[in-house]
Amino acid sequence: MRRSPPIPPTTATADVRALSPGGLTRRAWIGVIGALGAVAAWPGWLLSRADAAMPDTPRPVVDERYDHLLPAEIAFLDAATSRLIPADDLGPSAAEAGVTVFIDRQLAGAFGGAARWYMQGPWHDGSEQQGYQVHATPAQLYREAIRAIDAHCRATESAAFAALPAARQDALLRALEKGQLQLPAVHGKAFFAMLWQNTQEGYFADPMYGGNRGFVGWRLVGFPGPRYNYVEAIRRFGQPYDEPPVGVLGRDWRRRQPGMT
Amino acid sequence: MSTRLPEVEVVLVGFGWTAAIVGHELATAGLKVLALERGVDRDTVPDFATTHIQDELRYAVRHALFEKPARETLTFRNSADQTALPMRHLGSFFPAAGVGGAGVHWNGQTWRFLPTDFTIRSHTEQRYGKRFIPDGMTIQDWGVTYEELEPYYDRFEYLCGISGQAGNVQGTPQPGGNPFEGPRARGYPLPPLARSFGTVKFDAAAREAGFKPFPCPAANTSQPYRNPLGVQMGVCTLCGYCEWFACGNNSKSSPQTTILPVLRSNPNFSYRTGCDVTRVLVDKAAKRATGVTYVDAQGREFEQPAQLVILCAFAQHNVHLMLLSGIGRPYDPQTGTGVVGRNYAYQITSSVDVFQDDITNPYMGAGALGQAIDEFNGDNFDHGPEGFIGGGYIALWTTGGRPILQQTGVPEGTPKWGEGWKKARAESYQRVLRIATHGSVMSYRDAWLDLDPTYRDVYGNPLLRMTFDFHANEHRMSSFLTDKAALIAQAMKPRSIKKNGRDGHYSIVPYQTTHNTGGAAMGDDPSTSAVNRYLQSWDVPNVFVLGSSVFPQNAGYNPTGTVGALAYWAADAIKQRYMRNPGPLVPA
Repeated sequence: MRRSPPIPPTTATADVRALSPGGLTRRAWIGVIGALGAVAAWPGWLLSRADAAMPDTPRPVVDERYDHLLPAEIAFLDAATSRLIPADDLGPSAAEAGVTVFIDRQLAGAFGGAARWYMQGPWHDGSEQQGYQVHATPAQLYREAIRAIDAHCRATESAAFAALPAARQDALLRALEKGQLQLPAVHGKAFFAMLWQNTQEGYFADPMYGGNRGFVGWRLVGFPGPRYNYVEAIRRFGQPYDEPPVGVLGRDWRRRQPGMT
Repeated sequence: MSTRLPEVEVVLVGFGWTAAIVGHELATAGLKVLALERGVDRDTVPDFATTHIQDELRYAVRHALFEKPARETLTFRNSADQTALPMRHLGSFFPAAGVGGAGVHWNGQTWRFLPTDFTIRSHTEQRYGKRFIPDGMTIQDWGVTYEELEPYYDRFEYLCGISGQAGNVQGTPQPGGNPFEGPRARGYPLPPLARSFGTVKFDAAAREAGFKPFPCPAANTSQPYRNPLGVQMGVCTLCGYCEWFACGNNSKSSPQTTILPVLRSNPNFSYRTGCDVTRVLVDKAAKRATGVTYVDAQGREFEQPAQLVILCAFAQHNVHLMLLSGIGRPYDPQTGTGVVGRNYAYQITSSVDVFQDDITNPYMGAGALGQAIDEFNGDNFDHGPEGFIGGGYIALWTTGGRPILQQTGVPEGTPKWGEGWKKARAESYQRVLRIATHGSVMSYRDAWLDLDPTYRDVYGNPLLRMTFDFHANEHRMSSFLTDKAALIAQAMKPRSIKKNGRDGHYSIVPYQTTHNTGGAAMGDDPSTSAVNRYLQSWDVPNVFVLGSSVFPQNAGYNPTGTVGALAYWAADAIKQRYMRNPGPLVPA
């Protein structure tokens, strides 16, 4: 059986919050944890040489405050991602699963800054086969696109996207997807593709990234997470595999976080 | 101003599969060998630990183990009348950066090419006539035969501990194996991996459809294995995180799990990481390499003199370095002359999704856990009535059930997003099986690599420019394979199937395969090949070029088995011929 990695310091979390009612940024909070000597309780790979040797070391999401998104962007993403993956009798919506938090952290990090991407000019639109040629990082594209979509909605519907009825939101998303929504100086089609991709990522990525809260994405399809060993189970053809989902940081680590399910 | 370092006997550019193989062979033979790797050092412990490696977002989606286009990418266009634009992020293929190269994140699908693959032009002309080869197709014989490579395939398979079932041992058919494979001296070192539900279902359907399915050869260990170097591997746990991930379990063959534990302690061998080789240095006449220039992680430039330079980088990076360094004459598509950059090729893939009622538990798998048929690969069938050259295998792989990118098939007509999509994803995940086709791509006069006139890498060097598109021959072949895959799909008596054909222009965007080939073709004729049959530059004989950049065109199999065999083949030529008498091994 797979051995669960150490659980992050949940009790220390409560202490820090008590000490800092004004609210620390997530990074400052991690710094305080370090200062309190709680680092030893974190999985070693998060803080050790893995940072230097292995790129893009993840930072588990341990609180729900936003690092990057503005209030209007949060409202837009809660609404838009929940049309892309709505709540129904199969399970919660994208926003309920934490996808907006997921996107926030992704945009605040290496992905949002296009850290791995080639971003030198000159810039041309190119053909569909030549791929992404938008002169904007993902973080910039989100910021510009959401602002432009909300401006469009206010001009044509007298309300921001998030305040529109679901059917109108769906129609706007479809127009965006097909490149039919005319937005000044923003590549709407590229934004939709990125938004839809990131929404699925958030819904199905390991819960430590902020989405897939309570493993709802994995439960939806029946994926048990990284369970590591199926040498015996693979022989049971056609039989359900009933072990509950686990994440990279184990099964229950987020449940104990304040504000988590 | 670069700092000149003491000379070494052999410098290897890159430290993946080919460098590990040739590095071990030459260091063991007593040569002082230095490998220069642009990426980070990394090893099974602690970098690939199973406590964090099974993270689809970090590795498969955000590409943590792959090269960074920010530092070096290529520009791409479908045809010469377009302006090539940079590949701004990875898409169609995933080269690596870091020790072990793409050998860290591959699946382990380890095939031999067919005997006729190595003689494709002469064989095709003989069987179908010269006029069967379309205008503009520039396929050519390899200059090496399957029979010559057989002992080297064997060495690579026994290095890796391949799990599989032989189909032809010294000409004797073996029940349950691939009846079309070339004769092998002996069977695989390990028996096939445990079968998954999907592969068993495929096997029955393929038999019903009249084919001869067999377990795919896998560099995932079905049993504990101690290789000829004395390196011990564990048993694959079928965790479903091979391709695009590293194995923390010592059960997927890689440089780290098969060679490096021995090579690292060889006093004749050393390596440096964070070292980007920017030039092979050649003398004024461009007839002799004197070493390489590299930039280290601090941005300092060094000159590393060497007596022998072996290019072991990923396929297109070898070609890039040759073009930047003036090794061999660049290919000119206008005149069809020149050789470096010529005959770039790829592969063409398609699939058929099978929606059926049984629970498949898709997440129980391994990178090379598959069942295949080979009736339509290479020249295993009569191409006369079909009017195309080439082919591929048809297989059902159960390599994992990762939910973001991998196990995503939904039936025809499913909405792209929203409630209908969600319902279909929920229903299909456990019920969909995917049959994949893996087809060859021939080489063409208008598919090549050269230097981009506009875009530059982080050092100010011109990026490599790729001009490539699928041709009618490949589209016909791929839809032929897709139709055959659909026959097997229908024999599964499914609720529905969905054909995912590969139509239209080649696109750099969706992932297809990291089986890029060519640009430094091997062969017998210096006017159509950059390296001779021993992978030695025709022009600069103390430069050898390893890896799939030497394939004159691509076959219908995953290339790593052939890449490994050619690395051993070249290492033997260097040890037994070149070192005794440094100079051209084949008269030009």
